[in-house]
Amino acid sequence: MALAAGTPAPDFTLLATPDQSLSLSEIEGPAVLIFYPADWSPVCGDELTMFEAASKLFAQHRAQLIGISVDGAWSHTAFREQHKIEFPLLADFNPKGAVARAYEVYDEKNGLCERALFVVDRDKQITWSYVSPVGVSPGADGALNAVEALS
Amino acid sequence: MSARLVNPVGEHDHVRGASDAKITLVEYGDYECPYCGQAYPIVEQLLATFASDLRLVFRNLPLADVHPHAAAAAEVAEAVGEQGEDKFWAMHDTLYQHQRALGTEALEGYVRDVGADPAAVQVALSSGRASARVEADLEGAIRSGANGTPTFFVNGVRYDESWSYETFEGYLRAVLATPSE
Repeated sequence: MALAAGTPAPDFTLLATPDQSLSLSEIEGPAVLIFYPADWSPVCGDELTMFEAASKLFAQHRAQLIGISVDGAWSHTAFREQHKIEFPLLADFNPKGAVARAYEVYDEKNGLCERALFVVDRDKQITWSYVSPVGVSPGADGALNAVEALS
Repeated sequence: MSARLVNPVGEHDHVRGASDAKITLVEYGDYECPYCGQAYPIVEQLLATFASDLRLVFRNLPLADVHPHAAAAAEVAEAVGEQGEDKFWAMHDTLYQHQRALGTEALEGYVRDVGADPAAVQVALSSGRASARVEADLEGAIRSGANGTPTFFVNGVRYDESWSYETFEGYLRAVLATPSE
């Protein structure tokens, strides 16, 4: 089961590009963590594109969108470019899936992140989480409502 | 958690089909999205099959980051729509039938083809009315849990199955067979 609302969000430091890393503790405002199975799969493209389309609404609440999968930073770089995704995609690559495990959304059988969303407030508490069936893009409404509930 | 349409179908919507149809299908679409282009004839076929039992509502969800002409196409369709619903739908059909030619000149040509007044279209565009409507559609889509393009809502509930004709038709038949609350 994914970590639930009321749980402290485990900190992490992951590569955002081949030579830059990002830590949750660096984020000042709220964060939306978007765990997804894999770059290049069709549902993930839809899911991240919808969050990109919604990014203005999240920005109104100074919420930082962060995608996370087990793909490497080079793959993320190419995927972001292809799908015109502006927010960072982090590589939960080495050790593989460690952050997804910490949030209890690692699919051990397939070696991928589950399709899960977390809203983390500025005090680094999880205030909302949701796991979507792997074949269904969840949309951005639940996370947006949770972010709006913070302010 | 099955996502639901938060903004009900109203008078401002573009509707194709009978107002008392048993099923209302809301499509959030992007004129440049190839999947929406594939869905277009399927939706038309569903409308033909279900006739008076089905009506279509089209709203805009242009994914402008990936589809550079999508927002302009949506705005022109809305600007044309100010001159009548029949002109809106003629433009809608034209755009989906010419998805690969949505540049500025092409759009101007389609405005003339559907018999809209180009000067009035220009006013709707430059006043910001058309873009405001498209932005409002986009925000409504996000708040309703639209999860890609196209996203369909059947009687207000997001449709997460395949929109291949056979699957979609079967689903709508099941909805028709279910007594309404």
